[in-house]
Amino acid sequence: MREEVQREVPAIRLEGITKRFGNVTANDHVSLHVDHGQILSILGENGSGKTTLMNMISGIYFPDEGQIFVDGREVVIRSPKDAFRYKIGMIHQHFKLVDVFSAAENIILGLEEKGKYNIKQYTQRIRELCEQYGFDLDPSRKVYEMSVSEKQTVEIIKALYRGADILILDEPTAVLTPQETEKLFDILRRMRDDGKAIIIITHKLHEVLSLSDRVSVLCKGKYAGTVNTGETNEAELTEMMVGKKVSLNIERSKVKDSKPRLMVTGLSCCDPEGTKILKDITFTANSGEILGIAGIAGSGQRELLEAIAGLQEVEGEITYIQPKTGEKENLRGKTPLQIRDLGVRLSFVPEDRLGMGMVGNMDLVDNVMLRSYSKGKSAFLDRSDSRELTDKLIRELEIVTPSVATPVRRLSGGNVQKVLVGREIAAAPTVLMAAYPVRGLDINASFTIYRLLNQQKENGTAVIFVGEDLDVLLALSDRIMVISSGRISGIVDARSASKEEIGLLMTRNVKEKEEGGEEQ
Amino acid sequence: MWADFLQRAIMQGIPLLYGSTGEIMTEKSGNLNLGIPGIMYVGGIGGVIGAFLYEQNTAVLNPFLAVFLPLMCSILASLLMGLIYCFLTVSLRANQNVTGLALTTFGVGIGNFFGGSLAKLAGSDVPSINLTATSNYFRQSLPFAKDLGWFGQIFLSHGFLTYLAIAIALGCSFVLTKTRVGLYLRAVGENPATADAAGISVGTYKYLATCIGSVIAGLGGLSYVMDYANGVWSNDGFGDRGWLAIALVIFAVWRPNLSILGSILFGGLYIIHNYIPDLDVSGQELFKMIPYLVTIVFLVVTSIGRKREAQPPASLGLPYFREER
Repeated sequence: MREEVQREVPAIRLEGITKRFGNVTANDHVSLHVDHGQILSILGENGSGKTTLMNMISGIYFPDEGQIFVDGREVVIRSPKDAFRYKIGMIHQHFKLVDVFSAAENIILGLEEKGKYNIKQYTQRIRELCEQYGFDLDPSRKVYEMSVSEKQTVEIIKALYRGADILILDEPTAVLTPQETEKLFDILRRMRDDGKAIIIITHKLHEVLSLSDRVSVLCKGKYAGTVNTGETNEAELTEMMVGKKVSLNIERSKVKDSKPRLMVTGLSCCDPEGTKILKDITFTANSGEILGIAGIAGSGQRELLEAIAGLQEVEGEITYIQPKTGEKENLRGKTPLQIRDLGVRLSFVPEDRLGMGMVGNMDLVDNVMLRSYSKGKSAFLDRSDSRELTDKLIRELEIVTPSVATPVRRLSGGNVQKVLVGREIAAAPTVLMAAYPVRGLDINASFTIYRLLNQQKENGTAVIFVGEDLDVLLALSDRIMVISSGRISGIVDARSASKEEIGLLMTRNVKEKEEGGEEQ
Repeated sequence: MWADFLQRAIMQGIPLLYGSTGEIMTEKSGNLNLGIPGIMYVGGIGGVIGAFLYEQNTAVLNPFLAVFLPLMCSILASLLMGLIYCFLTVSLRANQNVTGLALTTFGVGIGNFFGGSLAKLAGSDVPSINLTATSNYFRQSLPFAKDLGWFGQIFLSHGFLTYLAIAIALGCSFVLTKTRVGLYLRAVGENPATADAAGISVGTYKYLATCIGSVIAGLGGLSYVMDYANGVWSNDGFGDRGWLAIALVIFAVWRPNLSILGSILFGGLYIIHNYIPDLDVSGQELFKMIPYLVTIVFLVVTSIGRKREAQPPASLGLPYFREER
């Protein structure tokens, strides 16, 4: 009887959970709940705070405000150990496994069990669990020999072995093939029927609809509501996910005198493990135009920009058209230095500012000089030009810095970004690529960056802008190219497109046969 | 002559075995402690201080205390060094290489300082201290060892520290591969984030493994002075054995039981020049190079082989901090 009473209250309930990192609020008063024998999807764009929220349930972070209830009782989860005690198991997006250990060793890691350490006995129990839920796993295999999906299986069994009643999966299908995804869903359904509460974080709408009982939507750290899967559809969910259109006063000048500047044809590339990251990307960037690139984080945006900048090995064609002569140059397979020697003025503002863009321990002048260090013939450095340019940047972009001799890592993110963008623009580029240039910046600094991008557009530069805020992309760009899992899922006119349309394109699965006919 | 060579090789190898076993335990927790040469040096001088003070203050040595006091002093001294290393690298997350190298310089300095001071107290002109009486207790071997011919000479003629070294190495191997504690320790060294998420206290394991490892390594310094050098401490006499112990870690592919054989091999290579007739000084130096050459060749071979089990712990040398994303 008591057991049944407990089943009536939610397995886990969050009440007004808030978490801040510095002055960024990752979760703003989020409340939701899951019952036993139910699958809840948590849906949201990148940076909407899904993972942060789940990390608070699993004890990685501690909430600043709010309460967590497990089976109706309020609990305090300070560490992953506490989470186990309340039978909460989390399967992280990046697996937490020790490569040189066997599956069984990984599964029993950290378990507080008394008695002799007997790996055979554990192996037997793991085999039984596998049979119960239909997993296919050899417990004595080493993790480094396993495929991604097998590693995920190990993670799930690890949680079950600890007696998890509440299972959280962070983007479990991001790394799986469609067949593996189906298999995983079957197992999840079986676990649900077994009375477990399952939370699955995802941004794939069709998975939400096919798997979950209810959907909670987060939008920019705020809770946007929960709906029953049976009573909703893709359009409604997208609208909840992207939020109401915010009007931003970003000026957008008319495109004039636009000519093709950079033509990418059939571009494909693989990551070091051999998985395809970009598949058959074809587009043209025109001069005097801002081409926005939208997509879920990790859909291949970074690889695309790096491929153009000569930092990735790729297949396909990258052709640059000289603005004056109209001559065509092939950029594929060339190093950044060779590209520059061709007279191609390509500027790249990478997403990793202090890692790829600048040297944190060097001062402003030296960082500005990184672009022009090989100028001049003397063996000694001539800092005067760079120093002049730095002074000019500080004045024009209102960079706040104690002096030009301050190491850039001591500047705030916005000021670092201004130095970086300023330096790249000072090279008078004909193609300017910027990846997430306003990430982590306050509103004023963001607008400075938008203004600089617009200026470049008016100067006839082909600007490629990778962004994450759809409102900004829509207000700033002329055209928006949407990438989904390494493929172009559509190129739309930013003046007429809606947020929902882009949201749907971002989460759409592009089928092989749909390739090609997507241009404009 | 063969029996003599092997006996000397074992004697030479035992300090290395202590050093490498200690460093293996440390590295298994993900701490790359390059302070091992300094810690071994401090372990040695710690024992010397204990023995010196005891010898100075009693007329007749009690056999138990003559062994026990130096042993405790050595353990305490190297434990302190281990704690300094842990505090800097685990609690304050200082760079492990810099901290380790600093500890080596510091340890050698401390050792030479006390070595010089004690020599002055003893009224000696040269910076060397003679503790033969204490050393005799340390070198006490089985009485019937002499009667057993070559077998006795090679295997039974050593002091108890030799057998302790082998026992510790075997014990460490057992702990690492056959116990839950060993599994958790290896997890910490391979992937601290995973260990943390599994509820293992990363800091505790790092502290314990590093401190225990330091104590074990410190015993190597003691065994060098008392066993190998017959109780004669002379400043800088320890030589480059500390670095050799670290090289031995790589050679033993992070397995203390292999380190037993490795230490005897390294010990033999270290003294082989004495057994080759008609070598001039430059020739001797060339032969002294062999252990390092062997290590380099071995590194090349294991790196090409890329066998995952023969690689260092994956997060060796990296500090761990949970809130970092």
